Amino acid sequence: MRQTVWDRHAVAEVIEEQKHLPGALLPILHGIQNRIGFVPADSVPLIAEALNLSRAEVHGVISFYHYFRTTPPGRHTIRVCRAESCQAMQSEALESHIRERLGIDYHETTGDGTYSLEPVYCLGNCAASPSIMIDRAVYGRLNPERFDEILNEFGKDTP
Amino acid sequence: MTTVYVPRDSGALALGAERVAQLIEAHAARCGIPVKLVRNGSRGLYWLEPLVEVATAAGRIGYGPVRPDDVAGLFDAGFLEGKAHPLCRGSVDEIPYFKNQERLTFSRVGVTDPVSLDDYLALGGYRGLRRALDMAPEAIVAEVTDSGLRGRGGAAFPTGIKWRTVLETAAAQKYIVCNADEGDSGTFSDRMVMEGDPFLLIEGMTIAGLAVGATQGYIYLRVEYPHAHDTLHQAIAAAYRAGYLGRDVLGSGRKFDLEVRLGAGAYVCGEETSLLESLEGKRGLVRFKPPLPAIRGLFGKPTVVNNVISLATVPIILDQGAAFYRDFGQGRSRGTLPIQLAGNIRRPGLVEKAFGITLRELLYDFGGGSASGRPIRAVQVGGPLGAYLPESQFDTPIDYEAFSAIGAVLGHGGVVVFDDRVDMAKMARYGMEFCAIESCGKCTPCRIGSTRGVEVIDKIIAGVEREKNLALLRDLCDTLLHGSLCALGGMTPYPVLSALNHFPEDFGAERSAGAVSPN
Repeated sequence: MRQTVWDRHAVAEVIEEQKHLPGALLPILHGIQNRIGFVPADSVPLIAEALNLSRAEVHGVISFYHYFRTTPPGRHTIRVCRAESCQAMQSEALESHIRERLGIDYHETTGDGTYSLEPVYCLGNCAASPSIMIDRAVYGRLNPERFDEILNEFGKDTP
Repeated sequence: MTTVYVPRDSGALALGAERVAQLIEAHAARCGIPVKLVRNGSRGLYWLEPLVEVATAAGRIGYGPVRPDDVAGLFDAGFLEGKAHPLCRGSVDEIPYFKNQERLTFSRVGVTDPVSLDDYLALGGYRGLRRALDMAPEAIVAEVTDSGLRGRGGAAFPTGIKWRTVLETAAAQKYIVCNADEGDSGTFSDRMVMEGDPFLLIEGMTIAGLAVGATQGYIYLRVEYPHAHDTLHQAIAAAYRAGYLGRDVLGSGRKFDLEVRLGAGAYVCGEETSLLESLEGKRGLVRFKPPLPAIRGLFGKPTVVNNVISLATVPIILDQGAAFYRDFGQGRSRGTLPIQLAGNIRRPGLVEKAFGITLRELLYDFGGGSASGRPIRAVQVGGPLGAYLPESQFDTPIDYEAFSAIGAVLGHGGVVVFDDRVDMAKMARYGMEFCAIESCGKCTPCRIGSTRGVEVIDKIIAGVEREKNLALLRDLCDTLLHGSLCALGGMTPYPVLSALNHFPEDFGAERSAGAVSPN
């Protein structure tokens, strides 16, 4: 297994803060992913021990939910809505454009580590379809040209 | 000091509201004009977002959609006095789309600052809770039952009956769980309430707690809604500070605590038992029923699981009385439904109307027809598990039983419009694909059937043994419909079969595999 450097202290802190909650596993996984961007496979034993669960149980929960990832994401995560309302507004052309522009497919990260691309099934922005989300920000009424503009703006902030 | 409203609703932010707000503040500061900027929710008139409103002697005058480079021009035109400008929409309350609605649940959304408790109280907020605090639990449940309110998440189960079951089940601990995992495409009413009037949901959940004897509430919020998360956090903190939540709600000696928990991108967790598993920190596997969650729910305790809109409708029922609410609507569909117009439609947005309005009125009178200007060919009502309706069914009234009678569902009130470029065989394939991606995997019809469904539809599209595969698809749908554990597998046949039944020509064309679709 590929070992990734991650902040052991941050993980321990999250576990310590949240482990007393009823149903603590999801809050802990969110906490870890918020702090370090992903849930490292070798953090599983620490979580399992704190919650008195088996490693298999923890792994099973991580792998069940689309949102949790076990590899480091790019500096920005782009989520593209693939649901019906966006499809009705030509999102498939937008999807193709985005994949082509970034040169990656879903669940991949660009070679320079800037962008990760994920599909999402509805962002609740269906009154302004098609929509994408970059990190926490949603963008509506999107088209390929507008996407390029947004990406260029992001490019300026990227070292 | 002029008050200017720029929405903080994520739908408005997605269209540039944040930048518009910044520019208005900066311009006003530079020119020494005193302006009070309020970040309201959205009125739900999304084709006008970002919709900037100015408080004037003649009411709130709206301008929209405002782009960042419109701001200087608005100041020059005197928008702070409500003066004319090409983007001026006049009094927002008089815009027909808004004026012709019956906003009961959404009465404050877009009007107030969502995280201001003072705003909430000034417009009738917490009157329902105050009344409930003087009532016996049985009386609160009776009020909700008499209102005719049915679950707005999609299942349309009578809310009062669910509450009665929890009330009558003795336990040391009970829970109120709000299902805020609004995953249906074409729906955003939960998000609008949480971002635009979060105290309303908090009040509704507190009343539910008093009604059934629950002291702890959880809002299970989808992770795709970070802005709703922020507004809920701020509102919950404010409610605690002011004594509306906590050990001693408004000095009544009654306790109600409330916490937000985040989902993690699993559509199936909108199914109530899967949601409960997720809240317990497990994989979101659907549970067998019985036992009902009302008897053995979260952590095995009696639990009310209600959708955001159901809970957010409780305060007005308690405030105005069951009869007031019940007087809206028709047949067994009482009150109002917040309908969401989405997809390829000229005026997308939120339309809260009494049950009984027809789909056609929604699509054309409110929605203005398709966004593309092409004919509307199909409409999916009720999310990804809802049926596709052809033009011949557009006169169906918004009514649970009327929809059921044509093999359709209202679901959570989402309406997604497609123009004549849609390929319905492709949409049917997507229905199966979505089910395969989101299946929790517990029951075989859903887990395996959805993948087989994609394959069979692929063969039909490719023209491989078409008649045989069409029969196989119908047989497979029958298995899903009757053999699945929950609505995900059980209702995936709705979009698939309705597409096949109403648009057979899309399945019958002899096309070679890999042919370019008309989209």
